[in-house]
Amino acid sequence: MLLSEMKEGQAGVINRVGGNGALRRRVLEMGIIKGSEIYIEKYAPLKDPLELIVKGYHLSLRVEEAAQITVDDVK
Amino acid sequence: MSQKSLTIALAGNPNSGKTTIFNNITGTRQKVGNWPGVTVEKKEGIVSKYGYELKIIDLPGTYSLTPFSVEEIIARDFVLDECPDVVIDIIDASNLERSLYLATQLRETDCKVLFALNMADIARTRGIKIDAEKLSELLDLPIVFTIGNKNEGIDALLKKAIDLAESDVDTRGKRKVKYNKDIENSISKLRSFIEKDPGISLPYKTRWTIIKLLENDKIVKERVLQKAGDQGQNIIQEVQLHCELLADRFNDDPEIVMTDERYGFIAGIIKEVLTTITKQRVDISRNIDMVLTNRFIGFPIFIFFIWAMFQLTFSLGVYPMEWLDTSVSWFSISLDGLLPDSLLKDLLINGVIAGVGSVIVFLPNILILFFCIALFEDTGYMSRAAFLMDRIMHLIGLHGKSFIPMLMGFGCSVPAIMATRTLESEKDRVLTILITPFMSCSAKLPIYIVLTGIFFSAHAGTVIFCVYFAGIILAIVTGRLFRSTLLRGADAPFVMELPPYRVPMVKSLIIHMWDRSKMFLKKMGGVILIGSVVIWTLSAFPRNIQYSRDYVAEINSVSALYNTEITTANGLDMQHLEKKRNAAIAELEMARKSEKMERSYMGRIGKVLAPVFAPLGIDWRGSVALLTGFVAKEIVVSTMGILYLAGDDGSDTLKNALLSSDMTPLSALAMMVFVLLYLPCIATVATIKQETGSFKWTLFSITYSTSLAWVAAFCVYQGGKIIGFS
Repeated sequence: MLLSEMKEGQAGVINRVGGNGALRRRVLEMGIIKGSEIYIEKYAPLKDPLELIVKGYHLSLRVEEAAQITVDDVK
Repeated sequence: MSQKSLTIALAGNPNSGKTTIFNNITGTRQKVGNWPGVTVEKKEGIVSKYGYELKIIDLPGTYSLTPFSVEEIIARDFVLDECPDVVIDIIDASNLERSLYLATQLRETDCKVLFALNMADIARTRGIKIDAEKLSELLDLPIVFTIGNKNEGIDALLKKAIDLAESDVDTRGKRKVKYNKDIENSISKLRSFIEKDPGISLPYKTRWTIIKLLENDKIVKERVLQKAGDQGQNIIQEVQLHCELLADRFNDDPEIVMTDERYGFIAGIIKEVLTTITKQRVDISRNIDMVLTNRFIGFPIFIFFIWAMFQLTFSLGVYPMEWLDTSVSWFSISLDGLLPDSLLKDLLINGVIAGVGSVIVFLPNILILFFCIALFEDTGYMSRAAFLMDRIMHLIGLHGKSFIPMLMGFGCSVPAIMATRTLESEKDRVLTILITPFMSCSAKLPIYIVLTGIFFSAHAGTVIFCVYFAGIILAIVTGRLFRSTLLRGADAPFVMELPPYRVPMVKSLIIHMWDRSKMFLKKMGGVILIGSVVIWTLSAFPRNIQYSRDYVAEINSVSALYNTEITTANGLDMQHLEKKRNAAIAELEMARKSEKMERSYMGRIGKVLAPVFAPLGIDWRGSVALLTGFVAKEIVVSTMGILYLAGDDGSDTLKNALLSSDMTPLSALAMMVFVLLYLPCIATVATIKQETGSFKWTLFSITYSTSLAWVAAFCVYQGGKIIGFS
């Protein structure tokens, strides 16, 4: 499942971070790497960007950026 | 006794409390400037402690040392090139895992690193316990607990830093990330490849250079080529081979694999030193966000905050602004009385004081605005504002944070452009600076009010609204245009931390506010001073004008005429006659002023430019008025007053004068459109120069806005004529 398809309150484990260049590197450096547990905290009022919790802190990503990330074990 | 001096750099993630610790160490003895070539703030301070002179450098807050952002390049170059004696890595205890990523990278540079484990008290309330001894042992570096906002542990931190700087520990053997077998294999093969030729000199330490080359780091690649010449080319080729090998082996770029491995290394450490008590804890920050970024009330609250900031800046700011204004005019009047009439006096009063005075009055606005912005930033609300607005701003190709500067533009472009400092990406910053002047600033309002009041009295409000709206539309169009041409490339990725809310510290708010205001005063002062003198020269020269009428003689004869009548008249008649005399003299004075303006260099330039403005329906008087608007937009109205012989109080006389001139509602509208868009005032231009750090962009901004203004006004006037308006 894509990260961008997850709903508020869902949790999952990162499988793969796609995309390329600076963005991909940045996402990885912020701790969104294979195996990281994430929790979708909320979407912004205009449905973009989204806020998630990873490694104990809150991070926001645009939906188009989240669409490059696949997630397993969504519940 | 001369003290030994040590350089200590503070590194750390954004929001790790780095600036608070820096403020605590240096207090008010800090120097704020820019890093060379970029507009990222550089803060440093010198303190004497334990018999040493400590030079403390606050590096930009970064999450890593990969050179993707200006901040990261600055931080890395400083650590590598300036070789500080010690680097203190400030680590937010609540965010240990992510903070250690930067720490492992710092470690790889072989500098002497010391950890400040900051805000462990907050971490503890969140159920996080850190075994610092174990962490210190695993990473083999000293750790000091600090609580920045309570000023705890700072002395111990400095003491440890000095000890570390003076010790001769070998940092190379220290424990750091070991990559997997394949990567380590490549590293050692590359090492022997490089070491077998003793003539090769690398710009940095060997292992680090190899790691960076494997990570495809362009800056390191360039420097290796510079330093090692032809052999550098061989090294790069060899590295390329290994990269392809590794990419094949892992089915991914080596840089990605290495990022994974670093986090793997960190995960191992975390397992040993961190215990999280999984009790149901109350997370205040999350609760606040339930309200502030709420789907329904998030926006209304945001709008309220912005409204409040606006009110404070421009309504509360009016009072001190008036005091300053009064002081400036008092100063100018007393100087007028003290000095004998001379060219110098004219220069001082009408050039220097009038010019610099017109800018200094913005100081209260700027102080208040920066206080509000510091409040937004220090509490953590700024990132929420960006979170809310990003969707909308993304349409223009900008980051959510660009909203605040653009909005401030409605008040005054000077603080608005200074507010772009909150943007991280250079491109975003330039783009925001280019479109902010289209947000019609408050100084342009008097011009609209006068013109609409005269020509569109019934629909004044609607017309003004349309002018403002046109500015917004053109800003959006410009934004999209430049994003797809000049400043191409995606806007900065919105991978942004939403830090926990914090109670701001008054001390850092004030330091923040004062630093930026000081910069404004210093830099503005110089440019404004020169600009004002130039404008004054243009309007004050030539001195010996051959007037078409002998005003002095006329004034004398008129007053003589009335005076003889006054002496013979009595009571009411006398008062009546005195009034008439004064009015007649004022009229002549006005005519003289107007002719003087017309014949000054400024007036001549206006007449030369008149053909340019003719297609817009603006005559030479309008042209001169627009030219003087370069000093400050408010002046446009008073110049029109002088040139249309109306007195400069902008009252009914100007209305009659304008109505009887060639100006029509259509040309008035064209003029308003021109005013909306054309070159910003001198203070704004100076700010653009300061904030972009580039003459090219400043010149571009001036040219673009003025050309756009001309084209838009042309369309309005000629288009309107074709449709049949007049």
